[in-house]
Amino acid sequence: MNAQTQITEVTSPGETREMSYAEAIRDAMTIALDRDPTVILMGEDIGTYGGAFQVTLDLIDKYGPERIMDTPISELGGAGVAVGAALTGLKPIFEFQFSDFAALAMEQIVNQAAKLRYMLGGEAAVPVVFRMPAGSGTGAAAQHSQSFEAWFGHVPGLKVVQPSTPEDAKGLLLAALADPDPVIVFEHKLLYKMKGQVPTGYYTTPIGKAAIRRTGDAVTIVASAIMVHRALEAATKLAAEGIEVEVIDLRSVRPIDRDTIIASVKKTGKLLCVYEGVRTLGVGAEISALIAESEAFDYLDAPIQRLGGAEAPIPYNPDLERAAVPQVADIETVARRLAKGEV
Amino acid sequence: MTVQDNIPFAIRHFSPAALREALRKMHLIRLFEEGAEESYMRGLIHGTMHLSIGQEASAVATCMELTDADKITSTHRGHGHCIAKGADVGRMFAEFFGKETGYCHGRGGSMHIADVKTGNLGANGIVGGGLPIAVGAALTAKRLGRDDVTICFFGDGANNEGAFHEALNMAAIWKLPVIFVCENNKYGMSTPAAYATAVPNIADRAAAYSMPGVTVDGNDFSAVAEALHIAIARARAGDGPSLVENLTYRWRGHSKSDRNRYRTKDEIEDWMTRDPIARFRAELIAHGVLDTAEAEAVEAEAKQAVADGVDFAKASPAPGIGDVTKFVHAEVAA
Repeated sequence: MNAQTQITEVTSPGETREMSYAEAIRDAMTIALDRDPTVILMGEDIGTYGGAFQVTLDLIDKYGPERIMDTPISELGGAGVAVGAALTGLKPIFEFQFSDFAALAMEQIVNQAAKLRYMLGGEAAVPVVFRMPAGSGTGAAAQHSQSFEAWFGHVPGLKVVQPSTPEDAKGLLLAALADPDPVIVFEHKLLYKMKGQVPTGYYTTPIGKAAIRRTGDAVTIVASAIMVHRALEAATKLAAEGIEVEVIDLRSVRPIDRDTIIASVKKTGKLLCVYEGVRTLGVGAEISALIAESEAFDYLDAPIQRLGGAEAPIPYNPDLERAAVPQVADIETVARRLAKGEV
Repeated sequence: MTVQDNIPFAIRHFSPAALREALRKMHLIRLFEEGAEESYMRGLIHGTMHLSIGQEASAVATCMELTDADKITSTHRGHGHCIAKGADVGRMFAEFFGKETGYCHGRGGSMHIADVKTGNLGANGIVGGGLPIAVGAALTAKRLGRDDVTICFFGDGANNEGAFHEALNMAAIWKLPVIFVCENNKYGMSTPAAYATAVPNIADRAAAYSMPGVTVDGNDFSAVAEALHIAIARARAGDGPSLVENLTYRWRGHSKSDRNRYRTKDEIEDWMTRDPIARFRAELIAHGVLDTAEAEAVEAEAKQAVADGVDFAKASPAPGIGDVTKFVHAEVAA
């Protein structure tokens, strides 16, 4: 089955237009800025420079520096200003240049944004969106290539999404903005130039809902972000051998779509988790555990397999960098062994 | 020098009713905290708490000119700020007792006491946590074209956090209506500000961020009120932030675990002779704002409010244990 036909959740029927992932994010922000005067964008070099990855591009020309606010290089303070603004009536979209830099702002994200509603007994809301360019593959080495989904996914009060397509990049960002609580959007840097059909106008992609990108009965692969595309490529190769792999695009790390994953594993009896973050204590560990605890456990015909990032910082050398995160061949090999009962 | 010059700013500037209310709030803070301390000893309050006894003038004088539209961010030593901003002590006691009727429905306790409806965005368990948040609140006011201001309370300990420097810089470059109010009580837990801070006065830091910085006697109600009057007028006029440093002293230890090994009994007793409440009360009587009997009535009123507040808290229901995850996210309408 063609993967494209499986992309669901288009809530705006009507026209689509081809856009890159970065353009789709910009389209979402443009729509948000037009729809709601309380929406502001904040971040380092998002104005005239257009953002480190040119995602905000020329938005400053249309909306001006009051709504497209360049911040000083002050991740902790900048994130905190966004939290305080959200607490008092604005809807800030705060861009980190690289998700790695969010480590400087953990205090405001984890201790403040995530907990204010709870600590104040439901009397406060922090509707802030943090955009975080993430992932490896750009040759930027250890401090510009990490995948922190599991870190933030471990914090009650946060929602964490990882779009893998232009359509979802737009829909999930608009959903994040409509959400009354803080949402972290991990954008994969290698996907910014990827093109796809994107509905025009306003729509949201539901947070907490996975998407089945390809159906199959031999093995379930749960992947996110760039790994969805690598899993689909592996699945195409395996299909030539008669092995039909089901590929689930996780889309949301917190909350996680248990039902879709459990239903798929009950059908295939085999599970492979593929994620870019460090393998140990990562997103795949949570998915494995939720299957082990669910009724799908009885349907398993093989041990659950995980492919994740190496137990090392992301290295600079391109061959080492590739070796540090799952590649198509790795996915193909493990999925084939699972399908053939070799695990 | 005219007679007028000898009259303290606060007496000249505020109505007798406002001054009477300020005295009531100062007594209320002192009595509330003594009541909380007693309830803690009796086991009615668990966890810990950070008392501001001795710092009442700073809290009340700072908030004199604020309306409910103005915001404050507070600290782990925030009971006084909360009362100064207009909170009800019954709901505060209820919060400390962990009750559903508390300001945070029993989820926050002393360290997260807040009253968003009167503009108190909350105490904070993280030193320096409220500084950038206050700048964000001021940004909202400016973007939405409102003239409200934000008061950012913090202690001397917070002035060495990175968040302090980032927050002051951003408030200055964007000319935001925020006033940074440092309550310098000489110690960050046990560490003397004089040891931990490279400048003699924390207000000196203001120069690095091109904003006015002033150090005042934080136990002198009128001096604090005057400094804030100037800073608030500047903020409302769109001229940007200020830093005000109130020199004060906490009579009690940092928290319930403090053995007071880092300061002397003499030092504590010396500061207790500079009681900001007794001083303000004497000033009001000396200038004929009220007489001794009226001052006693104000104190009695505060005493009654504290007694009623404890009764309210005791009689209030606890949250249901099934509600442990309630308030993590907004409840979505079905």
